[in-house]
Amino acid sequence: MIKFVCSRRKISRKDAYRGVPESAQIEKGEVRVPLLEVKDLKVHYPIRGGILGRTQDYVKAVDGIAFSIEKGETFGLVGESGSGKSTTGKAIVGLVRSTQGQIFFEGEDITKYIGKNRSPYRRGVQMIFQDAYSSLNPKKRVLDIIGEPLRNFEKLTSGEERKRVDELLDIVGLSPETAVKYPYEFSGGQRQRIGIARAMALKPKLIIADEPVSALDLSVQAQILNFMKDIQQHFKLAYLFVSHDLGVVKHMCTNIAIMHKGRFVEQGSREQIYNNPVHIYTKRLIAAIPDMDPVNRRKTERFRDKVAADYEQRYREYYNSENSVYDLKKIGDSHYVALP
Amino acid sequence: MMGDKNLRGWVVMINKELLQISNLVTSFRINGEYYAAVDGVSLSVRENEVFAIVGESGCGKSALALSIMNLHNKINTKIEGNIYFKNKDLLTLRLSELNSIRGRDIGMIFQDPLTALNPLMKIGAQIEESLSFHMSLSREEKQDRAMELLEGVGIPSPALTYEQFPHELSGGMRQRAMIAIALACKPSLVIADEPTTALDVTIQAQILELLKKLQKEMKSGIILITHDLGVVAEMADKVAVMYAGQIVETADVYEIFANPLHPYTRSLLASVPGVSPADSGKERLHVIRGMVPSLLKLNRKGCRFSPRIPWIPLSFHEEEPRYHEVKPGHFVLCSCYKNFKFK
Repeated sequence: MIKFVCSRRKISRKDAYRGVPESAQIEKGEVRVPLLEVKDLKVHYPIRGGILGRTQDYVKAVDGIAFSIEKGETFGLVGESGSGKSTTGKAIVGLVRSTQGQIFFEGEDITKYIGKNRSPYRRGVQMIFQDAYSSLNPKKRVLDIIGEPLRNFEKLTSGEERKRVDELLDIVGLSPETAVKYPYEFSGGQRQRIGIARAMALKPKLIIADEPVSALDLSVQAQILNFMKDIQQHFKLAYLFVSHDLGVVKHMCTNIAIMHKGRFVEQGSREQIYNNPVHIYTKRLIAAIPDMDPVNRRKTERFRDKVAADYEQRYREYYNSENSVYDLKKIGDSHYVALP
Repeated sequence: MMGDKNLRGWVVMINKELLQISNLVTSFRINGEYYAAVDGVSLSVRENEVFAIVGESGCGKSALALSIMNLHNKINTKIEGNIYFKNKDLLTLRLSELNSIRGRDIGMIFQDPLTALNPLMKIGAQIEESLSFHMSLSREEKQDRAMELLEGVGIPSPALTYEQFPHELSGGMRQRAMIAIALACKPSLVIADEPTTALDVTIQAQILELLKKLQKEMKSGIILITHDLGVVAEMADKVAVMYAGQIVETADVYEIFANPLHPYTRSLLASVPGVSPADSGKERLHVIRGMVPSLLKLNRKGCRFSPRIPWIPLSFHEEEPRYHEVKPGHFVLCSCYKNFKFK
């Protein structure tokens, strides 16, 4: 049985602020809180077994992570498959239940909204999924797909709704005629744009983008990435950008966290992560990025061998006796590394 | 059998060419009409060479790979042209002859190991299947060879994996097992269709290194089909860039990255995010206008890339595009490359 450690009582704004002293900054006498703050988030999936189906153990998909996202910034969450990066995104929007931890949105604890359909939190945070094929209902027209969030939150006449849908289609660069088409009539890149239009419908402040371009071709990927940056500037959006592609993350994100075994191994700015990786796992990940210049082939190979040997030898220094990642330690301005 | 081997050795000595494709046209029947997915492709792969075919989805690169192995559905596919493999035309062989080449002389690595492997067979049995089909080995010999292969592809505990089913392995291990199957009979040509697309970067680096190592050992040729330019830069000796069923540019790997000429090649290279060390995220990525044309709507006259670069006047394109040899071994299709500028 999963227990909710977070209290469900109604939390006043004042109480909520009490929980966020580290990152809240006081500017001109005003408390500035980050757009999203995640504290000690854990998502454990029970493993059931035996005749009675009792819980025997847990898969610790996310095991105690904390970070915050400022308004208008792009925060990158990088890791290999199984590192817990997608689960983190899903826990924030509420698609999976967190086992422990708190999530603050604009300083407000969102625990009270869990399970509530029409909460302001649902309006403010939207999601773009990796697979634009399975995340659009094949039986609905684009009009209904994009209109659904509007119907849930705003009482619009059908004429007004259509106008809003056309506006949204215009933002993502699709013509108004496409509103009456079905998802199968679109290419992969166009579908992903429909997914983005749906996420944009309620003018959210934060979009969780879970591998939004990894199923797309290079030229379409470039289009979607440019476009995501455009709407970010225009609407002052923040992104939580979940990806395994280090090139894409480098292009998109200002702050990056590297995830491994459900925890952060390193967190810092783009320059810190790419130019000065400290944790052995980050080093290995950065070394594995293919070099686009064939002239450097030998050099990359040697460098990779060196890092791999280093990883083998010094693994014990970076992971504790339970083979888990240490807590983050501050090593520089906004640069955190999991060290003993 | 013996004579055949000698002949092969002789051919290799004077000409190390392994595979020669000339004017290959692979068409699929859609609504009663044939549409060419591969349209006049010629290339040759030598021994000990990695030949990369790059392009986006729908450009015909996988159709090309399946044509070499003749794996298309016969009912609705028409393959024209010649595919000479060790001086035998693969397209004219009988099925039994073809089967003796598939798996023994030409190995294939597929993109998705989970669908390509048989979920009901143990890994060991799947490797031995190909061995027993092509070689006459005793049970012990087969088992030894399978173990040897599993160890060769870097599986940590071959004896355990030998007895496991595909679902029990991780993605990287599955791909290794598939490489072991493809290499079981020491093929002289390996076709790798997006071998690392489904894998994480660190695993990808390992698999690429493994392929490189095995290729050096066996001196085989590899046709590497990929959409990832980073993989090409790390692996390939020669590169062919495909667009809408045609090879638009081909050159050796250093040349193509140092001096890309065709507008499509240049556009592709400009749309890769985060490659330059100075990428601060401020600059915009290059976007190719429009979409990859579908098979049915493709205009087969003139330069096929011209609709995607509308600011280049039609007079700069050729009516019947032909290959221009810019430098020895560097070919570019259509004359539009001479006047191409990004907009």
